[in-house]
Amino acid sequence: MGLAKGSPRTGFYICHCGTNIADTVDVDAVRRHAEELPGVVVSCDYKYMCSDPGQELIIQDIKEHRLERVVVAACSPLLHEATFRGAVERGGLNPFLFHMVNIREQDAWVHEDRAQATRKARDLIRAAIRRVAYHRPLERMRVGVNPNTLIIGGGIAGINAALNLSMAGKRVYLVEREPTIGGHMAKYDKTFPTLDCAACILTPKMSAVRDSRNIVLWTYSEVEKIDGYIGNFRVQVRRKPRYVDEETCVGCMQCVDACIYKDARFPSEFELGLKKRKPVYMPFPQAVPPVVAIDPKTCLHFKTGKCKEPCKEACARDSIRFDQREVVEEIEVGQIIVATGFQTFDPARLPQYGYGEFPNVYTSLEIERLVNASGPTGGQVLLRNGQVPQSVGILHCVGSRDENTNRWCSTVCCMTALKLAHLVKEHTGATVYSFYIDMRCTGKGYEEFYDRMMREGVQFVRGRVGEVRDWEMAPEEEGKLVLRVEDTLAGFVRRIPVDLVILAVGMEPRADAEAVQRMLHISRSNDGFFLERHPKLAPVETTTDGVYLAGCCQGPKDIPSAVAQGSAAAAHVLAMISKGHIELEPNTVAVLDDCSGCKTCIPLCPYHALTLNEESKKAQVNLALCKGCGTCAAACPSGSITQNLFEDEQIDAEIEETLAHV
Amino acid sequence: MKYAYFPGCSLKGTGRAYEESFLAVCGALGMEVEEIPDWNCCGATAYMSVDETQALALAARNLALAERLQAGAVVAPCSGCYLELMKSKKLIEEYDDTGRHIRRAIQAGGLTYFGKIAIRHPLDVFVNDVGLEAIRSKVRQPLTGLHVAPYYGCQVVRPFATFDDQRRPTSMDRLLEAAGAAPVDFPLRTRCCGGSLTGTVTEVGLRLTYILLREATRRGADVIAACCPLCQFNLDSYQREIKRRHGGDAEIPVVYFTQLLGLALGAPADRLGLRRNISSVRPLLAAWA
Amino acid sequence: MEIIPQRMRYDSQRDPRFAQDLMGSSRCKTLTQCIQCGTCSGLCPLSAYMDLTPRRVINLARAGFKNDALSCNTIWLCASCYACAVECPKKVSITDIMYSLKRLAIREGLYPKGSPIPVLAREFSRMVRSRGRATESRLVLNLYLKTNLLKLLGMWRMGLKLITRGRFSFRAERIERVNELRTVLATATAEAGEGPVP
Repeated sequence: MGLAKGSPRTGFYICHCGTNIADTVDVDAVRRHAEELPGVVVSCDYKYMCSDPGQELIIQDIKEHRLERVVVAACSPLLHEATFRGAVERGGLNPFLFHMVNIREQDAWVHEDRAQATRKARDLIRAAIRRVAYHRPLERMRVGVNPNTLIIGGGIAGINAALNLSMAGKRVYLVEREPTIGGHMAKYDKTFPTLDCAACILTPKMSAVRDSRNIVLWTYSEVEKIDGYIGNFRVQVRRKPRYVDEETCVGCMQCVDACIYKDARFPSEFELGLKKRKPVYMPFPQAVPPVVAIDPKTCLHFKTGKCKEPCKEACARDSIRFDQREVVEEIEVGQIIVATGFQTFDPARLPQYGYGEFPNVYTSLEIERLVNASGPTGGQVLLRNGQVPQSVGILHCVGSRDENTNRWCSTVCCMTALKLAHLVKEHTGATVYSFYIDMRCTGKGYEEFYDRMMREGVQFVRGRVGEVRDWEMAPEEEGKLVLRVEDTLAGFVRRIPVDLVILAVGMEPRADAEAVQRMLHISRSNDGFFLERHPKLAPVETTTDGVYLAGCCQGPKDIPSAVAQGSAAAAHVLAMISKGHIELEPNTVAVLDDCSGCKTCIPLCPYHALTLNEESKKAQVNLALCKGCGTCAAACPSGSITQNLFEDEQIDAEIEETLAHV
Repeated sequence: MKYAYFPGCSLKGTGRAYEESFLAVCGALGMEVEEIPDWNCCGATAYMSVDETQALALAARNLALAERLQAGAVVAPCSGCYLELMKSKKLIEEYDDTGRHIRRAIQAGGLTYFGKIAIRHPLDVFVNDVGLEAIRSKVRQPLTGLHVAPYYGCQVVRPFATFDDQRRPTSMDRLLEAAGAAPVDFPLRTRCCGGSLTGTVTEVGLRLTYILLREATRRGADVIAACCPLCQFNLDSYQREIKRRHGGDAEIPVVYFTQLLGLALGAPADRLGLRRNISSVRPLLAAWA
Repeated sequence: MEIIPQRMRYDSQRDPRFAQDLMGSSRCKTLTQCIQCGTCSGLCPLSAYMDLTPRRVINLARAGFKNDALSCNTIWLCASCYACAVECPKKVSITDIMYSLKRLAIREGLYPKGSPIPVLAREFSRMVRSRGRATESRLVLNLYLKTNLLKLLGMWRMGLKLITRGRFSFRAERIERVNELRTVLATATAEAGEGPVP
């Protein structure tokens, strides 16, 4: 195989990478080898090609020697392909008339024999110089970015992202499944380690969401379908009927007072069933929007059709709408922030702790409600029989660090447990035992809070409780829950009777995380949480461009981290909106005319970029979605798909030359 | 389906009543049961504590003998035997080297170990093969009003839970319900009875046994039903000793669940080995036998 | 004058290979994963009587303090109820490790000499090896003869009850083909390349 019209004028550059490459590959020998190859008019080695002077070499040579092609042998293209393409472009050449050879990771770093490594480098660069001759100038495609953003989930992470975007004057659709925003944070009493009241710091943010003209708030709604790609997503949102007109209801609660059920008798979702509500209810006093909802499962109108509907009568603003129907809204957005949060571990999965079996075994979240002044007991921590507990045991790591349930550390439970130790002590004066495996207090001011709890006299026992049982073996255990635990620092087993047990339950992915993952084409890590693009350097982005993560849907975290991640996601969104367009790499595929429409390629594409054109009956590619993975090109039975930068003659030339001296 | 019956040493000794009542129940339910000819000791925890390889060989010989019977499964009423056979089978399966050694050893004895036959406990067989409906339909004398504390012990559900919930098994509860009895909520249903420690470090063993007996009486049980000869022996035989040491709040008849099932199915008391119990079963006999 | 023993350990008192050996012989690959949470001890019904809690034994074994791990009463008090193994948050099969430690303690002669538990284990296995079955009555008799004759006398009332109820027969149980079994056991030991149990 030869070139139709003589070899193009090619510049070759080999990088020493300090000693990384030069120690194992005889750089000078490779340079001299390249010099002899057809078309090579410049062959040069340099200590650090990625440095400014290194790049300047390329730029100058393109101009001086009228280079038509450039090959750089250096590190992985993942690191510096963009750098060198930039240099080529600045030299006035199309950046795709360039090819990069990896002689560091794929040669110098994996070989010891200098002669063989040098030979391998020679083969590789020869192949690249042959291949680059077949490169064609390519253009990056530009796609506009819709400046609207969808945020899924109205917890603190989603709220914060929405407010950041709103502050910049951008339109946000904030979709929340529950009738109110606020998420888990709205249920907490105090926040560690400062002990400021969660509601006091959260509700102003919730009100700000309500008051923002830039935020479209859809509560009691779920995202159903997402199509499209970065810059141009089409989204369907199903808005469940709350049987109340959100525009006119002001949350005056007249309807609730008037309800045919004189007493609240249905478990309140917000209060975790610790309090009752009526069929028409407000989740909690500071709910946003401040609008009631009617639960059709318990409302007499829906159950029997025979209610006198006093709520309707009581409403001065005519806001009760029994005929309200589900609505599916269609919106277009450019980017999406996923802030769907977490769920707490269900301790019924660990029957040895007696949750559900003994009424005085509570989860940490339930205790948050009990210590809260607006909670079911008005802030009193009481046993189910109404008495004040004299002794309380708090168990760490329930549903965390456990191969039988969830393997990960939920990171916040130690601090939650410490906080609850303080609050319960403050509310009841009880003796509080804290059972921990390792005390993990790694945030700002957290260790100091642990110090404070020790000063306050919390009884710390290092040991994971074996079981919580109700059979006594000593007079002091009568009528108590007995914790059997090894005091591992003392080295013996103890039986500790308490009145109240608090299980500091861990965080886990929401039950529907898999469905959300599929809808968004993102990934999940082994633990089931959504996977960030890079664990260190891209903790907010996902593998799908234009989709970002915020808060605990990505992994357990405390409030400040969730807030920070919400802001980081907003910053990503704003950067893209400011830019106004996205540039797509041109390594995309093209479907040739001889496509038979067999559809083999369509399900294979991991990015859903291929569809069947119903008119032409041929496959068509959405260039904005194509990532250039080449799966379809390899699979096409008739060879009707080609891929830029991986065209047959380019690959053939490369293979042939690599093997030429074998 | 035919079952290869593995009695184990206890069912020929202290646990004779278990064998008698188990076979009586199988008879009443129309099950085909054949004792494995020339079976040897399963090895038990003691042999495993001394020599694992030989313990596995002991178990494998039994399974090889059982496989000759063309039976569908081995049924081992003793929880210790049940676990030992099952654990050995798993280890032989899981570890190629061990499997090879044991197979060769069995061959040297003129037998062949295929490792195909399943090992089952009577609780499993009665609930899942015979079925609760079939049992209910054969009950001639429902044990109405009899409050039973179902005691499973450890080894039928730990470490392997093949037929029941590991933390809160209910198969015996369901069987007893089918027999018309009223199982009480017995929280210590899978807590260890102390095993052979009652014989070796008696004060420790008796303390463990005492805890179980007392809790059963406090839960309002008239009788404890066991499904393992060692558990039954510990709970049944030492009550006098326990009373002397810990007080009289732990006196309660302790029987095999098969003895209760047998009564409900109409088997005569003498065929159920009820005269062999040491704790008093007189009230029980007065009411149902 | 009373001698105060030194409690400190030198690193030379450690067998650094012990944990690896133990993981092999106990078939427990997760010994290294123990986080010392004490769930095992918390659940163990016998931990109330152990000189070292199961957690401490695991730690000593992992660190290579072989003598400490082999000479405690913990491994002998383990009744194999598997409560620890089932609930261990790191899936350490503690029971299997206890078995392995028992076998090693016997081999190395490190078990507590006065304890009847290892005596029972050895008497039991000897009886089964020679006759194919265990006869409980004879086992108990042998045990008490070897350890505590007085206790045997104290048990006469119960023994009598068992005899009259046909639960305690002194007829020695024995399988028919004892030789076949002995061949099987000897071959197994030879195949596995193990020495005879002392």
